[in-house]
Amino acid sequence: MSALSFSSIVKLLAIFLFAATPVMGDDALTVYSGRNESLLAPILQRFSEATGIEIEVLYGGTSAVANQILTEGVNSPADVFIAQDGGALGALAAADMLHKLPAATLERVADAAFVSPAGAWVGLSGRARVFVYSPEALAENGLELPNSILDLTDEQWHGLLGWAPTNGSFVANITAMRVLLGDDATASWLADMIANGVQAYPKNTPIVKATIDGEIVGGLVNHYYLFRFLAEDPDITAALHFFPGGDPGSLINVAGAGILKTSDQPYDALALVDYLLGDEAQSYFAEITYEYPLVASVAPAVDIPALADIEAPEIDLSALDDLKATLEMIEDSGALD
Amino acid sequence: MHLPDIIRPRQKLNGALRQARPHWRFGNRQLAQAASLAVVAVVMIPVAYLVLGAFHAGAEGIDYLLRARTLRIVGNSLALMLTVTACASFIALPFAWLTARSDLPWRRVFLALGLAAMVIPSYLTAVTFSEAFGPKGMLQSLLEPIGVGRLPSIKGFFGAALTLSFVTFPYIVLPARAALLRCDRNLEEAGQSLGLSRWAVFRQIILPQLRPALSTGMLMTALYCLSDFGAVAVMRFNAFTRAIFLQTESYRLDKASMLALVLIVLTIALLIVQSRLQHGGRHYRVGSGAARNLERLPLGKWKLPAVAFCATVIGIGVLTPLLVLFSWLSGHRLTNPIQVPLTELLGNTVGVSAVSALVVTAAALPLALLAMHAASRSDRWLVQLAYLGNALPGIVIALALVIFATSNLLSWYQTLPLLIVGYAIHYLPFSIGATESAFAQTNPRFEEVARSLGISAWAALARITLPLARAGILAGLALVFLNVMKELPTTLLLRPIGFRTFATRIWSAYDEAFLSSIALPGLLLVLASLIALAILLRQDEGIA
Repeated sequence: MSALSFSSIVKLLAIFLFAATPVMGDDALTVYSGRNESLLAPILQRFSEATGIEIEVLYGGTSAVANQILTEGVNSPADVFIAQDGGALGALAAADMLHKLPAATLERVADAAFVSPAGAWVGLSGRARVFVYSPEALAENGLELPNSILDLTDEQWHGLLGWAPTNGSFVANITAMRVLLGDDATASWLADMIANGVQAYPKNTPIVKATIDGEIVGGLVNHYYLFRFLAEDPDITAALHFFPGGDPGSLINVAGAGILKTSDQPYDALALVDYLLGDEAQSYFAEITYEYPLVASVAPAVDIPALADIEAPEIDLSALDDLKATLEMIEDSGALD
Repeated sequence: MHLPDIIRPRQKLNGALRQARPHWRFGNRQLAQAASLAVVAVVMIPVAYLVLGAFHAGAEGIDYLLRARTLRIVGNSLALMLTVTACASFIALPFAWLTARSDLPWRRVFLALGLAAMVIPSYLTAVTFSEAFGPKGMLQSLLEPIGVGRLPSIKGFFGAALTLSFVTFPYIVLPARAALLRCDRNLEEAGQSLGLSRWAVFRQIILPQLRPALSTGMLMTALYCLSDFGAVAVMRFNAFTRAIFLQTESYRLDKASMLALVLIVLTIALLIVQSRLQHGGRHYRVGSGAARNLERLPLGKWKLPAVAFCATVIGIGVLTPLLVLFSWLSGHRLTNPIQVPLTELLGNTVGVSAVSALVVTAAALPLALLAMHAASRSDRWLVQLAYLGNALPGIVIALALVIFATSNLLSWYQTLPLLIVGYAIHYLPFSIGATESAFAQTNPRFEEVARSLGISAWAALARITLPLARAGILAGLALVFLNVMKELPTTLLLRPIGFRTFATRIWSAYDEAFLSSIALPGLLLVLASLIALAILLRQDEGIA
């Protein structure tokens, strides 16, 4: 290699280094997202195209990202936190890290249960916790649909179920169980599930895939994942089951957003939150991600029970902010092992 | 990855050459020492910070370490390490013997394909295994006609052990095969003429001669198991690296660093065992032996089972990952709504790998100069410390840099320079070794002539020695480049927001079950890995 070509390579690489370094801080809005990239990125891109506001996004697990913001404290580069769980937003609100949102923003959401009572965060879309199952596999194993999430520890389900113990929605569901049933009952439910051979998956999507493929009979997920599979292959035989009677397994949660007090561009941040509550974004959540839109003007796009018809447990979503203790409990149960 | 260990014998040879040329040849020695010191400081400071921080946790930290759950992680890692080392040996020993000493048909093809298993990234092997051998995978559909409706899940210990056994067995094949080729045939013939059976000859004469090579290979396998992240993460088996990753990812850095400390202690213990094992016992021939070609033992009626064995090993370890990746090319279940242009992935992966390789090669230069002369004890220490980075698991280095950056250098956190520093710490020894060997093989007379004609020492280095050593240095550069391309845990923890490479793309696609997004990046990584293998084998020349 001659000296000339060597130096030109170095120059090329230097150019690459600058080109590939993402624009830091200055004008891009920094979003920390606990929602999956595949669900959120398309609508954020539409926002950027519509407003010219550049966005850079850190994707991670909801509880992990919340923890990261708490650890970064005043140094956090985040402007907006988008979580798949009201509890994680509640945890940041409890640490006094979120701006109070203007009334006009909060009022977009029809049901007050889906916004922070103190106005620290706002729900963007609704999701129900469900039991996804394969009717065929259920029949093959001579099983009937469970009445409660608590019935899944029964011996007849041994080795046939799946969950995603590091997933934010699952963590929120466990927090809800702690509020509704108490810590001891929740910890022993976790232990019994593990003893019953529940299979752990990294996220919700692989649980639905495993159910469709017949790896497991069913699993605990958010309602909308199945519809993404059905959209590609309507012949899939898997179905959703909503636990009846206010069961803790039928929690309705929100994906929501809050604006960091340390944000250096709160107005752009608010523009993003307002955009996500606008009709276009709400239709996206209804039609593309198959969630429940939370504004009155947009209806769900798929054949699911209306939010009001789900026999969900009565619970204040902001009360699900004790993330840390739940994470400790899940870790100590051995669910991550 | 511990690939350079394979080329160590050459460095020993260089040790002998080194004796003949004690004089400092290149420019200003103090400058080389100062530069080395700076490089070693970059290697050591984050790690020292991590270790001190873990000590700082004090009683609370010890309390955490002694919790049943933490002890289970230690047990998990050790069980995995021992199982994989045993399984890999059982695969590797017959494989090495068959390809080295028998008249096995197509043995070169078998050998080359078998070694390819070593360079496929472990996370890719794990991802494809978990699909192929899963409850409703390829294996199950083969067994369907005989009434197998569903296989048990391989996630957990079994899957991790299976993956790692097939990824690591070549680490034992290489030294075992080299030793088999070196074995003294005279001893075997003497044994046979004294009435020993073929099996007794193998057990009593060949095996003892293999012992040093086998223990080297097994220790490399054990170290690999302790430091591997990809296989245990995909298989969800809670070994150290996965536990550290989960804690780091959710920002519980104190717990992560306690775990990392224990992992460092285990790794160092293994390294000490390794250095002890390399001394003691005499397994070499005393005379020069008669120079002749090794006779290959006819397999006779064992030929078919032998071919079947080798074909099965390669079928599982190499063909299965490739087949699965090809099958995903045509789409699988769910389309990923995030379509990243291949050019972006390729540009990022190749770009960051190339820059890292150049940075590492430049940083290795002063250390290689010191290593070659290593006159003083402090020089030797500097070089040894620089080698530490490769002994530490990548996840530990990444964690150390996360802790260091978040507390001292926040503006560097999640930037490309810090990511490159992470790679550099880990892969520096690759380049030091290659560069040192390359220097050692240049003839000092050329330089002396140049100096006597009046050019400066630096000019002699730049214009005479570096061009002469070019091939060796470039081989080191290529090795670093190809290893950075495949690297997963450091990339996941240190990459800038929104920076995607092949490795991170495979990881996130697997997380969300977008299997078809894995196919193309996976196949390209395998291709790159095969190039790495070719470079290694050309250097090693262990393959006859």
